[in-house]
Amino acid sequence: MANIFAFAEQRAGELRKVALENVTAARALADATGGEVHVLLAGSAGIAQKAEQLGKHGADVVLVCEHDALKDYNAEAIAALAADRIKSGGYRVAVFSTSAQGRDLIPRVAAKLGVGIVTDVTDARIEGDAVNVKHPVNIGKVIATASIASTPAVIGLRPGNTTLVENTKAARVEQVQPVGDPSASRVKVKEMKQGTSAKLDIGEAPVVIAGGRGLKSADGFKLVDDLADAFGNAAVGATRAVCDDGWRPHSEQIGQTGRVVSPDLYIAVGISGAIQHLAGMRTSRTIVAINRDKEAPIFKIADYGIVGDVAEVLPALTAAVREARKSH
Amino acid sequence: MKIAVCVKRVPDMDARFRISADGTSLDEAGLKFDINDFDAWAVEAALQLKEKAGQGEVVVLSLGPAAAQETIRKALSMGADRGIHLAADRIPFDGFAIARALAAELKDGSYDLIFFGKMSPDSSNGIVGPIVAELLDYACVTAISGLEMADGRGTAKRELEGAQEFVEFTLPAVLTVDEGLNTARYPSLKGIMAAKKKTLESKPAQLGDTMVTIKSLAMPPDRPPGKIVGEGAAAVPELVRLLQTEAKVL
Ligand SMILES: Cc1cc2nc3c(=O)[nH]c(=O)nc-3n(C[C@H](O)[C@H](O)[C@H](O)COP(=O)(O)OP(=O)(O)OC[C@H]3O[C@@H](n4cnc5c(N)ncnc54)[C@H](O)[C@@H]3O)c2cc1C
Ligand SMILES: Nc1ncnc2c1ncn2[C@@H]1O[C@H](COP(=O)(O)O)[C@@H](O)[C@H]1O
Repeated sequence: MANIFAFAEQRAGELRKVALENVTAARALADATGGEVHVLLAGSAGIAQKAEQLGKHGADVVLVCEHDALKDYNAEAIAALAADRIKSGGYRVAVFSTSAQGRDLIPRVAAKLGVGIVTDVTDARIEGDAVNVKHPVNIGKVIATASIASTPAVIGLRPGNTTLVENTKAARVEQVQPVGDPSASRVKVKEMKQGTSAKLDIGEAPVVIAGGRGLKSADGFKLVDDLADAFGNAAVGATRAVCDDGWRPHSEQIGQTGRVVSPDLYIAVGISGAIQHLAGMRTSRTIVAINRDKEAPIFKIADYGIVGDVAEVLPALTAAVREARKSH
Repeated sequence: MKIAVCVKRVPDMDARFRISADGTSLDEAGLKFDINDFDAWAVEAALQLKEKAGQGEVVVLSLGPAAAQETIRKALSMGADRGIHLAADRIPFDGFAIARALAAELKDGSYDLIFFGKMSPDSSNGIVGPIVAELLDYACVTAISGLEMADGRGTAKRELEGAQEFVEFTLPAVLTVDEGLNTARYPSLKGIMAAKKKTLESKPAQLGDTMVTIKSLAMPPDRPPGKIVGEGAAAVPELVRLLQTEAKVL
């Protein structure tokens, strides 16, 4: 029997989808050995209300830490708290996400515990004395199976890679205290500029419409925005080429030096399909490419392709998607 | 200001990788190696701070086989002052082991800032910098795409999912560098000549125990072959039909 720890990421008091992914994955690990799932949820007063949602995805215990200084992500305080809980709980695996916050948090936690860590994990199993994980290396061109020999093993899941499963548990809520003074951090968030908050994030949206140089200009991206709008559940991504040109912010960049996404549907619009771009989207479930060059490498990994000019194909596709969504 | 930059020698990702007979490493024959891009931006950031201050020292560290010295030389030819090579037969996959060895060397250096790349493309882990920060008990800001230093404090910009964060930090600090912070300079001919005379010390890396090992490597499964649905707007109805009935995503 092995209990599993999971971390519940929140922003502005709302759980992020990766929080539920972590709990779902932790549940599967715990069920394989008959253990419990304990989830750490930290935030300002009132965050405890989110415990129920964590219970729905399989949390047995939600450890809630409420403190004003934990309202925003507070790296030092959260790392100290997580490491302390993991140590005292004697968990076999600690499950985090390889989100922007997770990337910052997990190595600190592993360092405090002095244990093995692997990020961007696409599969994890407890096998005998080891925790074996799949982890894409060399920008996803090779898949490593790595073995973590320590207890606990600290893992960061690839966001979007875990299909949420409801597995309702009546989660017990336990209040826990911060470690030290959370206001005393050497690193402080001074300001947070939320992007257009109405829009979905590329890491969370089930559909991602990504645009490249084929859109010709920042204004050309309106075609992509319109298609995303028609889907209603889509986020907009971009290639490095267009982020470098300032057509889109770097936070939307997908690829080797940008973000890695695995949506249900990825539509590449006017994107050539350079290997560095594929690194960020090749594990998407269904890939569609629209490009006027039938030799473009993107067609090699696309499930469906249309050879054509974006100016002609996108408006037609947007209208058709709108129609299809209406008849639902 | 005393600044260290940790740089890694990594293979060019355009290569077609082959798995060695042992099944746990890649065949290095024919691969081209260079400094990790993120680490080149880290070197650039350190050099800019030194130039702005008009004084200081930039020390470059790299852990790896003898060839890692070429990577250090590249940073020296960009303008860094001296290099430290931590010799190991090969670069282990376990980022904690790498961090431990780097921290052991950095510990007594009284550095004000230690720069890392956000991530190395071969390990795809992004963990060495923050682990070093914990081991040295330094403040740490990861994945920065903006940096201002004034009065012994810093402000850094970070890109989050759909948001930007501005954080203040105290020195000494570990910073890991994201894309967008700067554009790395190319070594000038003069820089390359000067680098040949700069100090490059080599000593064995103290890697310690490894907790994470590669059990096996495999090529990713091929995606099922796709199809060109058609040309131009005329192909849209068929695409929509496939998305609804075959892929079931609409
Ligand atoms: C170290 C390194 C890291 C990198 N990291 C990333 C990364 O994270 N993400 C990333 O995306 N890139 C990255 N790149 C850059 C990458 O190599 C490519 O340069 C980039 O992805 C190309 O962007 P693009 O497809 O928008 O542009 P292009 O390669 O210029 O392709 C434009 C495409 O649009 C098509 N097109 C043109 N006009 C039309 C039209 N009217 N209708 C339809 N189609 C049209 C063209 O046929 C072409 O295929 C990296 C490169 C390096 C060296
Ligand atoms: N062998 C190494 N020698 C020096 N620095 C390294 C080494 N490996 C990793 N680093 C540093 O740690 C960063 C993150 O690497 P990683 O955790 O492997 O993604 C790199 O960008 C480098 O700055």
